[in-house]
Amino acid sequence: MKLSIPSSSRKAFLLFPLMLGALALVGVFQSWNLMLAILNLCLISAIMALGVNLQWGYAGLFNAGIMGFAALGGLAAMLVSKAPIMGAWQAGGFGVLLGVIIWIMSGILAYLVWRRFKGTGRRRYWYVIIIAVAGYILSRFVLDPAILRIESFEPASSGYLGGAGLPILLSWGVGGILAGCVAFIIGKITLGLRSDYLAIATLGISEIVIFLFKNEDWLTRGVKNVTGIPRPVPYEIELQSTIWFQDITDSVGMNVMQASSLFVKLCYTSLFLGVLLMLLWLCERALNSPWGRMMRAIRDNEIAASAMGKNVTSRHLQIFVIGSAIVGIAGAMLVTLDGQFNPSIYHPLRFTFLIWVMVIVGGSGNNFGAILGGFIVWFFWIEAETIGNMLVYIITLPLSEGSALKEHFVSTAPQLRLLIMGLVLLLFLRFSPRGLIPERISTKA
Amino acid sequence: MIDILNAITLLANYIIVPSLAYGSQLALGALGITLIYAVLRFSNFAHGEMMSFGTMISIFTIWLFQSEGISIHPLPTALLALPFSIIITIMLLLILDGTVFRYYQAQRVQPVTFMIVSVGVMFFLAGFIRFFIGTSQKNFADGERFIIKASQFKQITGLAEGVSIRTTQAITVIVTLVLVTAVFWFLNKTRTGKSMRAFSDNEDLALLSGIKPERVIIITWMLVGALAAVAGTLYGLDKGYKPFVYLQLVLPIFAAAIVGGVGNPIGAVIGGYVIAFSEAFITFAYKRFFTYLLPEEWAPESLVQMLSTEYKFAVSFVLLVIVLLVRPTGLFRGKTL
Repeated sequence: MKLSIPSSSRKAFLLFPLMLGALALVGVFQSWNLMLAILNLCLISAIMALGVNLQWGYAGLFNAGIMGFAALGGLAAMLVSKAPIMGAWQAGGFGVLLGVIIWIMSGILAYLVWRRFKGTGRRRYWYVIIIAVAGYILSRFVLDPAILRIESFEPASSGYLGGAGLPILLSWGVGGILAGCVAFIIGKITLGLRSDYLAIATLGISEIVIFLFKNEDWLTRGVKNVTGIPRPVPYEIELQSTIWFQDITDSVGMNVMQASSLFVKLCYTSLFLGVLLMLLWLCERALNSPWGRMMRAIRDNEIAASAMGKNVTSRHLQIFVIGSAIVGIAGAMLVTLDGQFNPSIYHPLRFTFLIWVMVIVGGSGNNFGAILGGFIVWFFWIEAETIGNMLVYIITLPLSEGSALKEHFVSTAPQLRLLIMGLVLLLFLRFSPRGLIPERISTKA
Repeated sequence: MIDILNAITLLANYIIVPSLAYGSQLALGALGITLIYAVLRFSNFAHGEMMSFGTMISIFTIWLFQSEGISIHPLPTALLALPFSIIITIMLLLILDGTVFRYYQAQRVQPVTFMIVSVGVMFFLAGFIRFFIGTSQKNFADGERFIIKASQFKQITGLAEGVSIRTTQAITVIVTLVLVTAVFWFLNKTRTGKSMRAFSDNEDLALLSGIKPERVIIITWMLVGALAAVAGTLYGLDKGYKPFVYLQLVLPIFAAAIVGGVGNPIGAVIGGYVIAFSEAFITFAYKRFFTYLLPEEWAPESLVQMLSTEYKFAVSFVLLVIVLLVRPTGLFRGKTL
């Protein structure tokens, strides 16, 4: 085991101001509005990276379904905050509820049968499968007509059940719980088996969650998107017409329009920063607690840890659920920021891969590293577009103006971002696997 | 009697023929993944993109041939392009092995680190491929489209339902048969193949018996390259080439490999067909099937569909989960833990 690198904390003190400096440069040269927009997404990315760092850096678990958990958080944000659509509920609410009850009942029944027939060998698998299939078919008889009625209720404006109409800030917690529950099921099935099964299963569940959100219109409105999700912060229009805000902008000498947009973004920034700092504090506490030491012991040597009486599988399950819940919280925050729920944005590239690059570039096992990685990678993901375009411009210089080949490369230039990010990940894994701010390993006994 | 024949023909047309073709493509993909797992001991997430790369090379070669006027009508030009695509894909994989994978192999890193490396390779390749060929759908199947059309079948047999077999489907199955046989012959009969299996069973023991690991690994990558290029090209030929589909294809391929038993070549091939057939059986709308079989007054009104076709991926996932719960080693005992 390597000894601690004393320069790591000094490096952190150097790198964070550098990052903020880069953001400030964007503010000065491009616009402060853009800078705040990037900063807000940086904060959300950092929270996701924090969650993934828990799983990977503390416990060595590979989660390939980050976007699925983010989407679950997003769904929670939508369901909690949107007002319920009474007409749709009257049309099919009862049927949907009944269908869900049938699901739950058959689930409980299957579980009881599973418990009851312990030790009968293969037979109980068949019983459970029969109960599951029967329950599913029964629920379809109730669900299908109900869903049809819901989806045909004012399809242009609603066509779904709506939400609970509660304050959206509540959904951040709900999103975490929802993602955590799904993670629990996945973890229960795959943890304790070979390490890559978790990766494959999380990849699968995230694909299915996205497919579900795109196709189950009665719940999510599918690809028609849910827009106008209520905000936790004031709207620009309202701000512009309030007296005290006009007074402030007048005294500072700013344009009211610009100031209101900056103010709203700053509100978001402070909310996100609050969540980030709180989670960071909790993660740091956890890392330096006996629990954190145990997690690292398990990560570094599972056999030794289990010989010491640690239950490796259930500790893994615990940290997997917590990490996924944090990603779910960040997913809910993302939808809050966007103000709309659009299942098509959960592209595997946008979340899963980028977050992985963040954690590995920043420094796996170090919370500050994960946050720094979240900032840097998101910043460069945005700026890489410019770099990619420049590269293409240089590459295609010898080609004549207006040639088909040149047009093709200019149109596919955005794909270069992927290539660059893939390269960054590979280079870091090879030459700096501990990341920018490496994990601190205490030398004290 | 005629009704029963009609019902069977219906199933043959909508389930058996397409699933045989799709299953063959999955089987080739899963065989590649399983070989990597058996020898290099990690789950290769980049396999889908390797298939995509092979397809891209095939398409470029086909375009070249088409512009030169070379064709093998009635067969698709893709068959002619396959050898080139195989060679270039093998070259790519050997370059990747030399620049990326070998370092970690020498370090004997944990499988999970290897997996992250393969994810990095996956995205690098994805960006590379999309940069060169773009993201739009490309159809490159030329030559005769059908071996037998549904209408011809109806004429010959006099049934109300017809079976249509597309040339691409027949080619897929035949090429798969040839390639899988060749791979199994290689693994079981040749000295190199035997040394590969020995290496897979016990690395240290194989080293002691004088098997060179570098050689085994290079041969493995070459086999995988050939399999990936063929699997990708056949899939693209059958369903049209769209780069991002190959990213999603990784899931059913992994499911096929795990259902069959990871690291077990026979299991991988069977697993491919298991996944393909269950996807088709579960997402098929049985309305017409039952209309033929049941008396008229019992004929179903709904589509009688277990799951809508959008959830094809869910089927492979559910199968994967069931196998993990019930028999984590897969149908044919593969490697676990």
